[in-house]
Amino acid sequence: MREYLQEISALTMRWVRRLSREKFSMLFTLVQPMLFWLIFFGNLFQRAADTQVVQAPTYISFLAAGVVVMTVLNNGLAGGVDLLFDKENGFLERLMSTPIHRTSVILSRFLFVMTITSLQVLVILGVAFLFGVRPATGFLGVAVILLIGLLFGVGLTAISMALAFSVKSHGDFFSVLGFLSLPMIFLSSALVPLSAMPAWMSLLARFNPMTWAIDAVRPLILSGWAAALGPVAMVVVIMVAFDALCLYGSAKAFRRAMG
Amino acid sequence: MMGRAVAIDVSKLGKVYDGVTAVQDLSFQVYAGEIFGLLGPNGAGKSTTLRVLITLLRPTTGQATVLGHDVVREAEAVRRLIGYVPQERAIDRFLTGREHLLLLGDLYHLPKDESCRRIAELLKLVDLEGKADLPAKTYSGGMKRKLDIACGLLPNPKILFLDEPTLGLDVQSRLRIWEYIRRLRERGITVVMTTNYLDEADQLCDRLAIIDEGRIKALGSPSELKTALGGDTLSLTVGEADMGRVELLASALKGLPAIRAISTRPTGLEIRVESPEKALPAVLEAAGRLACRLEFIEYHRPRLDDVFVAHTGHAIRSEFPEAEE
Repeated sequence: MREYLQEISALTMRWVRRLSREKFSMLFTLVQPMLFWLIFFGNLFQRAADTQVVQAPTYISFLAAGVVVMTVLNNGLAGGVDLLFDKENGFLERLMSTPIHRTSVILSRFLFVMTITSLQVLVILGVAFLFGVRPATGFLGVAVILLIGLLFGVGLTAISMALAFSVKSHGDFFSVLGFLSLPMIFLSSALVPLSAMPAWMSLLARFNPMTWAIDAVRPLILSGWAAALGPVAMVVVIMVAFDALCLYGSAKAFRRAMG
Repeated sequence: MMGRAVAIDVSKLGKVYDGVTAVQDLSFQVYAGEIFGLLGPNGAGKSTTLRVLITLLRPTTGQATVLGHDVVREAEAVRRLIGYVPQERAIDRFLTGREHLLLLGDLYHLPKDESCRRIAELLKLVDLEGKADLPAKTYSGGMKRKLDIACGLLPNPKILFLDEPTLGLDVQSRLRIWEYIRRLRERGITVVMTTNYLDEADQLCDRLAIIDEGRIKALGSPSELKTALGGDTLSLTVGEADMGRVELLASALKGLPAIRAISTRPTGLEIRVESPEKALPAVLEAAGRLACRLEFIEYHRPRLDDVFVAHTGHAIRSEFPEAEE
């Protein structure tokens, strides 16, 4: 057990070190979702979006939940990228030839991605706060938002790692990623509530786990506990099933890739 | 060779990937304290063999033991006893040399002070002390390779596995890497390495296995392999105008006492001879008699190239080193 902790903390510190050496890219990953989606999109559509339709005092307060979950989505889907590079340049092989527990590398990646995502979510909620968005459920509500983010993020990171272990080249990886990311966002309640969508889109959006996550985060920000408890309970059940499925798939991909 | 301790025992090993046979029916032993080479062209199955031995691949058939531990059932025990130096570039460009070693120290569960002590020693061994705290992206190919080797040695392994240790390096770096590898043998470490460089196999390895198309074609020390070919080689380059008479010359020489084998080449003949003193006069006499003008005569002791060609039927293709999968 002590050995296991030593491995995992060393491997996690490696990701942290790497990030700190890539200050430029760190800045952009951190700033991009808030700047582009929350600030620009939120303010741009302030008057175009009908507050009757979005059921929120301002569009930015409606959008905050969507941007939070989008950040989880993007971080999760990109979570396997570094493992992909490790696989391609042989570093992963070097790690796996040492007497470490077979799950350590993967677990360190989960730890790292989840920590970064949680920090980013907090920053986004902070920026939203500056634009007048006060979470209706207070600090406890923010904690629940982080929990939902973690539950969704684990499954997404697992998908990303499974993909990283399965693809032949990183070109394939980024093609699949690009193909997944935007449709996931548009076919969800991130930008528009389901009730305002064309029937076929809202039907598809209902099968998107992202929709369920957003529909739980949104009342935590906008309405209060009475409205939020139902969707939160629902999303926990859905995410546990989603995570189980993704972890099963990624464990299989990992075992296949590692012979 | 009798009575030497066996460090690695491979028996009827086979590996099939997605229906493609990478290696089959490999059997060999590596003795404790020797430098053992797996020589072959890219795609021959060397790296696959190495990966099975370091427990990164499960064999499809057969078995292998490393210091008495089965590489599948006792993989964990094997990993604790070995060090591995992958092909170049297995380096995180954002980490410094020291950080690489510290990371591996934790993965081998070394206590902090022990880890630091060994790291200082290894950085000295590979002359990287001055650059230890710079990110690896600033390192040259040779320096990366030295760091690789230091990483492989950090666990104080009984056996060190090196995959193409000098692939793509300049001559000076290669010589230095060879020097380190010899020094390891002096320290009693068994070394197993793959290479597709004939000179490397010849000068560095105590024994080697020539692998081609997934099978072992020959096994032994470089000098044993060369001697086994039987005799030295005499290459005749015949004037273009006289190429028509080459077959005649070949049949005239066939059966002479000092001559063992003759093969025709586009530029002339290649003759395997028992002793050049006896063969050369006979060859010159026959050529003179047939008025077959010889432009160039080359005589050489068998080289590893000849061994390779004799056992595989083709030259090793090392002019275009490609990344191996």
